[in-house]
Amino acid sequence: MTNAISVTGLHKSFGRTHALDGLDLTVATGEVHGFLGPNGAGKSTTIRVLLGLLRADSGAVELLGGDPWADAVALHRRLAYVPGDVTLWRNLSGGEVIDLYGRLRGTGLDRARRAELIERFELDPTKKGRTYSKGNRQKVALVAAFASDAELLVLDEPTSGLDPLMEEVFQDCVREARDRGRTVLLSSHILSEVETLCDRVSIVRKGRTVETGSLAQLRHLTRTSVTAELAGPPGDLDRLAGVHDLRVEGRRVRLQVDTDKLDPVLAALLTAGVRSLTSTPPTLEELFLRHYADTEVAS
Amino acid sequence: MTALAGTGTLTRLALRRDRLTLPVWALVTGGLVASGPGSLGGLYDTAAARAELAASMTANSSMRSLYGPVFSDSLGGLVAWRFGTFGAVLAAVASLIVVVRHTREEEETGRQELLSAGAVGRRAPLTSALLAALALNTAVALLVFAGLAGQGAAGALALALAIGGTGMVFATVAALAAQFTESARLAKGIAGGALGLAFVLRAAGDSGDASGGSALTWLSPVGWAENVRAYGDERWWVLALIAAAVAAQTALAYGLAARRDVGASFLATRPGPAAGRLATAGALALRLQRGALLGWGAGFLLGGLVFGGMAEGAADLVGDNEKAREIFERMGGQAALTDAFLATMVSLFGMLAALYAVGAVLRAHTEETSGRAEPLLAGSLGRLRWAAGHLVPAFGGAALILLAAGLGLALGFGGSYGPVLGAALAQLPAVWTLAGVATLLWGALPRAAGAGWAAAGLCLALGWIGPALNLPQAVLNVSPFAHLPKLPGPEPTWTPLLALTALAAALTAAGLAGLRRRDLQV
Repeated sequence: MTNAISVTGLHKSFGRTHALDGLDLTVATGEVHGFLGPNGAGKSTTIRVLLGLLRADSGAVELLGGDPWADAVALHRRLAYVPGDVTLWRNLSGGEVIDLYGRLRGTGLDRARRAELIERFELDPTKKGRTYSKGNRQKVALVAAFASDAELLVLDEPTSGLDPLMEEVFQDCVREARDRGRTVLLSSHILSEVETLCDRVSIVRKGRTVETGSLAQLRHLTRTSVTAELAGPPGDLDRLAGVHDLRVEGRRVRLQVDTDKLDPVLAALLTAGVRSLTSTPPTLEELFLRHYADTEVAS
Repeated sequence: MTALAGTGTLTRLALRRDRLTLPVWALVTGGLVASGPGSLGGLYDTAAARAELAASMTANSSMRSLYGPVFSDSLGGLVAWRFGTFGAVLAAVASLIVVVRHTREEEETGRQELLSAGAVGRRAPLTSALLAALALNTAVALLVFAGLAGQGAAGALALALAIGGTGMVFATVAALAAQFTESARLAKGIAGGALGLAFVLRAAGDSGDASGGSALTWLSPVGWAENVRAYGDERWWVLALIAAAVAAQTALAYGLAARRDVGASFLATRPGPAAGRLATAGALALRLQRGALLGWGAGFLLGGLVFGGMAEGAADLVGDNEKAREIFERMGGQAALTDAFLATMVSLFGMLAALYAVGAVLRAHTEETSGRAEPLLAGSLGRLRWAAGHLVPAFGGAALILLAAGLGLALGFGGSYGPVLGAALAQLPAVWTLAGVATLLWGALPRAAGAGWAAAGLCLALGWIGPALNLPQAVLNVSPFAHLPKLPGPEPTWTPLLALTALAAALTAAGLAGLRRRDLQV
């Protein structure tokens, strides 16, 4: 499988601020890739480098097989972009702007799909830019992006401001794009959106990639919560590798364990005799909170 | 040619967005110059009258500083003299606004990001902005040519190209300014300041040299337009100088644009303090308007110094020419020619100060429509207090910059501090009246708030070119500046000053009353 996006060791500074500090990102062709990280982690800077709006200080960046800075125009014909904060011109209608974006992509828009998307997103294309709400401005950019036949969709927090119904429509559109073999880079803070849509995710912090993989892989790298009621004393669970936050209240044991160290812990519990056992895989929220807040890069 | 990909679409976007403003600018600028033969022809209908006007105007240094020397006493020559500089300045203002609007403003608002994510070359945004400016200046030039062709095609062509060319010089100045700052407002300020400097240089050069050949005049692009000498001995090579400046500035702007990121600029934005002291609406408004106030104040002080230095010589050159004296006095003079010169300059500063005041009032309107006022007014801040926060720097700032101009004039002149400062402050009632008109429009008819600029522009045009057109006094009286006493002079008359101040207060109060009653423009 080829890669639609391949970034290694990307650096970008603004004055003394190091926005990107050796970031890596690989997006395979045909996948929906989640791009996550706390505010200010460098997600939008990366996307702007990928769009050739910013010039990388150093590092290798390849987009659709080309150089996003040198081949910007040719590459932009093959991608569509939706920013998180869409600003429109006060005196142009939404429909005008959608067609403008389509023409600027050089390929124009599929009229039937444009009409269908306007219908699905319940957008009034005759209203002028100044009268749209944030969600409706967002829809203008989304309709323009999905109505294009771009190979790659670059979406930077595209659903901020959309209502839950429109969020559903958006998710359907992303799935349809993937079914047609399109690649999607989705930067988002909405974890349920990431969980339902993304094949793989990359988590960035302070300009570096701290984790990349499928959600299953990421889960595997984190901790499982275990609560057990035992028949006898639990013994020295403390001494087992990978056990955290152990709390023992009589015969009731609560602990967290690195998921790949689960076996020895379960064996120790069985030795004591298990009356009841609950094991919860890490929620996505826990996964992200841990990565967002950790000071050191997870192994 | 991938660097230019998408230029056509972006140019069409610019023309579509400016479908109203571009034709209006072109019609006002071109139409004004094109109307010259009709208005001046009726006034000076004999060759003798025109020759006398030309001689007296060229002999008069303060007239030259406003309009430049007369190069030909044909009707076409008088139109080129009277309207050439004014038309060139108007074309320059329109051009710099258009270019910044389609370059830096697009980047500042973030719209450029989504455009540049399309198949848009790196040179396309700047190219399309310059093409929009070229379309505007071409329209202006065509109107000028059409209006003046009857007076001789060669002169009409020279004047049309000089005016359109000056527009393009400042379009490219704006293209350069847009590379240096992240703020569209500041980019317009830089380009506008360059235009002001060019005007002052030309004025200072022409005041001391009746041939337009002063080095100061040649330093100024506005002076180049004059030195094309339309309807005189046309000097076509000066047009080549204008074209070369446009080409050089365009190349430099492209070079700079290629060396920066989208949205970035060469003057980096410095980090601000981590904690702030702003606590009141007034402090916030003052903070927002501080830059404009300092810029205007510095410009006025500098301009005052230059014009003040010219005042001494003004009396020498007019001599005994009765016609010159008469027209000079109609321009705002009293018998004493030095006083008359200073009074003319003070009144010029007054009309420019009105532009500052209207801009400062309408800043509040921008705050409102951009949504920035909404969270403030959703707090414990009342509308009137918020509005007052913006009106104080507008009305008070006008007083400060006029004092700066007066101080500059007195320093340059080397004396009469009291009368000159007083004369500068005597402009305030008229300035405040126009600021009051803007407040009323903003408060009562927010959709038409931009008409505040039109009102100030109309008064500027009436004051600058109205008197020479022999417009009926009733028309000239539309401008509050027409009612001010001519100061410095022997007898200050208080009645019009008090009446205008009362009118300004009433207009402002009515505007604030409207603001309290209407919906916010969110």
